[in-house]
Amino acid sequence: MEFFFEVLIGGLLAGVMYSLVAIGFVLIYKASGVFNFAQGAMVLFAALTFVSLLERGVPFWAAFAVTLALMVALALLIERAVLRPLVNRSPITLFMATLGLSYVIEGAAQALWGAQVHGLELGISDEPLELGGLLLSQFDLFAAATAAVLVIALSLLFNRTRIGLALRAVADDPLAAQAVGVRLQRVWAVVWAVAGFVGLVAGLLWGARLGVQFSLSLVVLKALPVLIIGGFTSVSGAIVGGLLVGASEKLAEVYLGPWIGGGLENWFPYVLALLFLLVRPAGLFGERAIERV
Amino acid sequence: MLYREAGQFSVRYADDRRFFRLRQGRLGLAALLTFAFLGVPLLGNDYWFSAILIPFLVLSLAGLGLNLLTGYAGQLSLGSAAFMAVGAFATYNFELRLPGLPLLASIVLGGLSAALVAVLFGLPSLRIKGFYLIVSTLAAQFFVQWALTRFGWFSNYNSSGVITAPPLQVAGLDFSSPAGRYLLTLGVVSALFWLGANLARSELGRNWMAVRDMDTAAAVIGIPLLKTKLLAFAISGFFLGVAGALWAFTYLGTVEPHGFDLSRSFQILFIIIIGGLGSILGNFLGAAFIVLFPLLLSNLATLLPAGFIDAGQLENLQKMVFGVLIILFLIKEPEGLARLWQRFRERARLWPLRY
Repeated sequence: MEFFFEVLIGGLLAGVMYSLVAIGFVLIYKASGVFNFAQGAMVLFAALTFVSLLERGVPFWAAFAVTLALMVALALLIERAVLRPLVNRSPITLFMATLGLSYVIEGAAQALWGAQVHGLELGISDEPLELGGLLLSQFDLFAAATAAVLVIALSLLFNRTRIGLALRAVADDPLAAQAVGVRLQRVWAVVWAVAGFVGLVAGLLWGARLGVQFSLSLVVLKALPVLIIGGFTSVSGAIVGGLLVGASEKLAEVYLGPWIGGGLENWFPYVLALLFLLVRPAGLFGERAIERV
Repeated sequence: MLYREAGQFSVRYADDRRFFRLRQGRLGLAALLTFAFLGVPLLGNDYWFSAILIPFLVLSLAGLGLNLLTGYAGQLSLGSAAFMAVGAFATYNFELRLPGLPLLASIVLGGLSAALVAVLFGLPSLRIKGFYLIVSTLAAQFFVQWALTRFGWFSNYNSSGVITAPPLQVAGLDFSSPAGRYLLTLGVVSALFWLGANLARSELGRNWMAVRDMDTAAAVIGIPLLKTKLLAFAISGFFLGVAGALWAFTYLGTVEPHGFDLSRSFQILFIIIIGGLGSILGNFLGAAFIVLFPLLLSNLATLLPAGFIDAGQLENLQKMVFGVLIILFLIKEPEGLARLWQRFRERARLWPLRY
């Protein structure tokens, strides 16, 4: 039984890492209706930039600031060069544009900084910690705490600031928001910049875990089922979805793996998400679409 | 002048419904097919067959498969490579386990297996749409790859999961030389394009377009959504499965499940974005672009002084240019290269005397 709880908690903590990536999606989807496939590429770009700066002797916080500035610049550029010309086009078109965008960003990141694997040391030991008889990874606990801080910061941004009010207005009804004078383009730029920041945080944590390399951009594929289960429009949904995916895939690997063969964590979340969709097509916390002819 | 319709009248309804209404179009197609079947095998060399023409034809077919599903029926899919893999591995197993089965029959059976798998993963499309559907097709992508690697039976217990082409013989003739493989591919691809192009303008094709444009409205005017969507998945799966079998056996010769990974799915999606969603010609244009563009880029790089750009950088550059092109196409020409061709044709119709 203790083993079961260890696996469960390990899975939940791993799920927090998925949620971190998923939050970036949710922010962008909420404000601009774009399903941003390039989020994974942004995670890679941020992590690669950060670690390359560190290796060139830039101090930690300066590297963080420079990377953040780059992500903001990237967001402004994307808004200007991709989103603005594609305004009012179908969501599928926008999705495909972000697919192209992910190629550009991945190519640029690797062209700038090279394709080799970089180690990233955040100064958190990965020694297991014993808590109430259970062995837990310190690093995972730290990641969970970071996610919690991030969610609180985001909810403060959304609920307590003027720009947050504009963001919520746009998410609610873009036309009405525009009618009362919210500048849509600026909101998009802000939201992409915030998503870039979330991508940076996710990139640092994932990079410390896996090493900073190309496969970081594939975490986007891990975040997809999380989004489906949680719903595309809810930050708390992303957290809950991440926990569900993380826990269930670890449990499936441990308890189902011996029966049908290991390595099923690659597709298990997707099948889980599919089953979920059959019951709740808009996810746990997503908004139900109302369709009229 | 080149494309003038003067003097060509439709005297029967059947004339109006022809695929190529103009004599120029029909003659052009006949000339093109004659050249492809007779001229190219005489003129081409092995490099052209193996490195350019065969992948071009197979990718066109795969593009057509995805285009029927995404361009015509409006169901976005990221699992094309999985259906190709099913086609390839099923064909291999039919050849292996049913000795004496003709090659073409096992390719068709392989395509049907892929169709079956596609229907299975298409089932959720009834209840979910748009982005949520991506998940279902991605599930297919990951699950199929996992299953093919995991269960050795599919690759006849080959230690690295690799399958090798069966002898390429049709009706006693050997097609294993590069020119032979080209002809075999060309034959299958032409037949399937004939089928696909006609399907797209049949009642079924019109139903697909209605569902694509608005499925609620389509249901209201009496189009059975379940049947229409599942048929789109099945037919698309069939085309992709045959394409997969050709890819494995006439192009590569040996293939492992990893050869059909997510980036292959993206490649096929790019073919139809660049070529043109909902266009038959677009599949050829997009595939030609995808095959020729990397060659062009690497040839350009050799013009630069040696050491100026290495292979890794070239790959990055290629990726970036591709991404930029995708975005540019979506912004400037959402209907792809096929639309450019259509414009050119309209020009050619009036040339050289414009209004």
